[in-house]
Amino acid sequence: MRWIEKQRNILDFTLGSLLRRRGKSLALLIVYSLVIFMLASVIFFTHAIKKEAAVVLEGAPEMIVQRLIAGRHDLIPKSYADTIREIKGVYAVNGRLWGYYYDPTNGANYTLMVDSDLNDTAGSIVIGKGVARNLPGDNYGAIPLKASDGSYLFLKVGGILPAESELVSADLILMSEKDFRRMFGIPDEYVTDITLQVRNPKEYTTVATKISQLLPDSRPILKEEILRTYDAVFDWRAGILIVILLGSILAFLILAWDRSAGLSVEEKHETGILKALGWETSDILLMKFWEGVAISLTSFLVGILAAYVHVFFFASGLFEPVLKGWSVLYPEFRLTPFIDGYQVATLFLLTVVPFTIATIIPAWRTATIDPDTMMRT
Amino acid sequence: MLVNPPILALLIFSALASAMLLYSCVYGIRIIKGWNIKSGSEYQLSLERRTYLISTIINYVFVFQLLSFFVFIYTADQLHTVFAGAMCAAGTLNLNEWGYRTVLLKFLTCVFSGVWLLINYVDNRGYDYPLIKKKYGLLLLIAPFALIEGVVQGLYFFGLEPDVITSCCGTLFTSENEGITAGIVSLPRLLVQGAFFGTLALTVLLGIAHLRRRILRGYPFALSSIAASAASAVAFMSVICLFFYESPLHHCPFCVLQKGYGYIGYPIYFSFLAAAVSGPAIAVLDPLNRIESLKTVVPSVRKRLIWLTLGAHSLFAGITIYEMIFSKFQLQ
Amino acid sequence: MIELKDVRKVYNAGKPSEFVALDGIDLSLEAGRVTVLKGPSGSGKTTLLSLLGCMARPTAGRIHVFGREITSLPERFLTEVRRKTFGFIFQQFQLIKGMTAIENVMIPAYPSGERRAELKARAEKLLEMLNLSHRAEANAEWLSGGEAQRVAIARALINNPAVIIADEPTAHLDTKLAREFMEIIENLNGGGMTVLIASHDPLIHESPGVDHVVTLKDGRIVSQGAFQCS
Repeated sequence: MRWIEKQRNILDFTLGSLLRRRGKSLALLIVYSLVIFMLASVIFFTHAIKKEAAVVLEGAPEMIVQRLIAGRHDLIPKSYADTIREIKGVYAVNGRLWGYYYDPTNGANYTLMVDSDLNDTAGSIVIGKGVARNLPGDNYGAIPLKASDGSYLFLKVGGILPAESELVSADLILMSEKDFRRMFGIPDEYVTDITLQVRNPKEYTTVATKISQLLPDSRPILKEEILRTYDAVFDWRAGILIVILLGSILAFLILAWDRSAGLSVEEKHETGILKALGWETSDILLMKFWEGVAISLTSFLVGILAAYVHVFFFASGLFEPVLKGWSVLYPEFRLTPFIDGYQVATLFLLTVVPFTIATIIPAWRTATIDPDTMMRT
Repeated sequence: MLVNPPILALLIFSALASAMLLYSCVYGIRIIKGWNIKSGSEYQLSLERRTYLISTIINYVFVFQLLSFFVFIYTADQLHTVFAGAMCAAGTLNLNEWGYRTVLLKFLTCVFSGVWLLINYVDNRGYDYPLIKKKYGLLLLIAPFALIEGVVQGLYFFGLEPDVITSCCGTLFTSENEGITAGIVSLPRLLVQGAFFGTLALTVLLGIAHLRRRILRGYPFALSSIAASAASAVAFMSVICLFFYESPLHHCPFCVLQKGYGYIGYPIYFSFLAAAVSGPAIAVLDPLNRIESLKTVVPSVRKRLIWLTLGAHSLFAGITIYEMIFSKFQLQ
Repeated sequence: MIELKDVRKVYNAGKPSEFVALDGIDLSLEAGRVTVLKGPSGSGKTTLLSLLGCMARPTAGRIHVFGREITSLPERFLTEVRRKTFGFIFQQFQLIKGMTAIENVMIPAYPSGERRAELKARAEKLLEMLNLSHRAEANAEWLSGGEAQRVAIARALINNPAVIIADEPTAHLDTKLAREFMEIIENLNGGGMTVLIASHDPLIHESPGVDHVVTLKDGRIVSQGAFQCS
């Protein structure tokens, strides 16, 4: 009980003296919060986007087969699908048609995809929210798309995709097979790639090997591999960004060191009084500990909250070009808010721990002032 | 080499902690050489002031080391998505030879620095600092562990090459393999359970005997607590975890830390660590009772430690026994 | 109750700036008396005061406080002895600015972990005793010289010390306040308090309550005895 009372008394005193010197602590608090804000933004963003990618890929086919010509992805003959269908355990083999379209008026890239539901209603399309934003007015009417032979196709907007996950659907245009083939001039016996399922999930690797044996110019891709690549890519980007931010962490630590080492005359005098009045070195260290807790906790909360708002409400405006770095259309999607203890612990290790370690020695210097210093000056 | 925020955080922390420990060791050596409590010389006074700094450093390093232990395991766990074949930390730690060594070294650093802090706590309550030289001698032995841990952890992370196919926990912790882990898993179930419950019961009995002053020496309790910790670890891997995973083949000690199991692994690990630190600490306390200036200090500290040890073992036993009774999975 | 035997205190030992502040001090202070240390500045008064008050350890020699050898006690324990035994009043009082009078009074008791309510009640009682209840919540920098002096006395008394140590307490006070200070001290002494004052203020030396005067010069005791005119 005495122990708790002692902590309370000293905490109380510490908060009082921090408040008395607000001005001095404020500068440190701002820089501290800013550093935490930047790091937290990076960490929250990568984490959320990895989650997002996992959500996106959840509905994706387990395996895709592409054809490679001269090391490049090329159209694949429909007959390949028949070969694949004969492999044991394989089902749901389908050819897909999709591609990209550059819209010069908006400078945007759209993803075009064939949706078999639209095959009966050729001439009409369904578009994603991002595409809709680029169109003038609310009543979209028909969109002109330039075909490969130079002529224009006028396609009627029949609907807009719901925005469950904007990351994938934002730039999407769904159309009928007939329109797609007309637009890109793709012969009927070719598709972009082939998707398939395998009954026993453990057999995917075996099936993949078999496909590459049967169709030597094909490349099977597993969903798991795509996910792994995404994870690695985003982790790597966040890592690089943090390496770059390390400079600012270091600058902040030097500031923190300097702040706690370069005590004002007034603070030194106050510590001298406390020691003369019967506070012991460990009591002053305890006071410094609570001071650190108060400052770190405040900055941590402010920084994390600001980062949360930045990432999940303002779509990480500050970092998106570095972290996302692909099509110009994506910027306006919102990530699903997601924070867990692991991210907070990582942030803590990156910020509070170095801060605390940087201030140990200066705090100890202050705490070991001789109690009779004050009498001798 | 993989670069991601938690890995960077862990590497930076290890570097900082190692630097601080080295710094402490330099002054530790000076204290061992030049300490003379009877002297009022300025050198002695400056050494005395240093002791405050070193205690503070070790305190912080211990707490942060605990945090880094969990962040490390969690990071290894998260990395399984990047490596084909790995399904949890058990697989990613096995990617190169340094993974499990890092876990072990982190665990040992936590236990040693915990014991050191306890000795420091006791010593600071003896008016002539009777243990000062031994204490700093011990620090010189502990510091290398932390330094090696930092290096080994670095080797682990630098040696990670994405796309190495690794074995997941299913193959790593099954009895078909050879090695210690497989040996643990294939131990007879009754023997393991018997040892687990037996050592626990013995520890509780000895603890009560102590608290009622029937036994005065600390060794028996300390030894049985250490035995109970070891038995807990073995029992957890070979028997108890089966109930958590509700599967007769899943022996991985790390998966319980995952969200899917309600993070129940954290209280289990914490109680295990607490018992692993406080058990040996009681053994260390025993001979200190003979020192004049600590005569009044040791008994009260020991009493609190016994409570802590009993509490930690009970928490561990409470959670695991609850799971063994109420799990949908039952051993035939 | 406080005994010094052949005490020596050296600063910056072994350096060119080496300075012997005290040398060969033998001194015995008895309980319940008012002792005054006098001597010119630089004579070692303050150093002797800080050794007597367990603020510093001597370089050589022995000090006993209430029979306990404190010379080789580490700071941790020395501070505890000091907190329980001594109350300090400093030159210019040294109140902490920005805190109220009553908070200033409570500061020395914080580390001992007393319950706040009890502590506050004790501080209020002390302020009442010194006729300061009405200023309890006033900010330290708004107190008059006399009020600040009494807050400093209350602060010295908060831990129920056996000895009050005052370092040049009247150096910045006018005669009236200096007299007032001595009156309070004599009252406390009347209640059994041991008092130790370092001062070169003749007003204190000549004050009737002083039992014992120790004169220092160049770090040595040149004379000591019952009250004497200088």
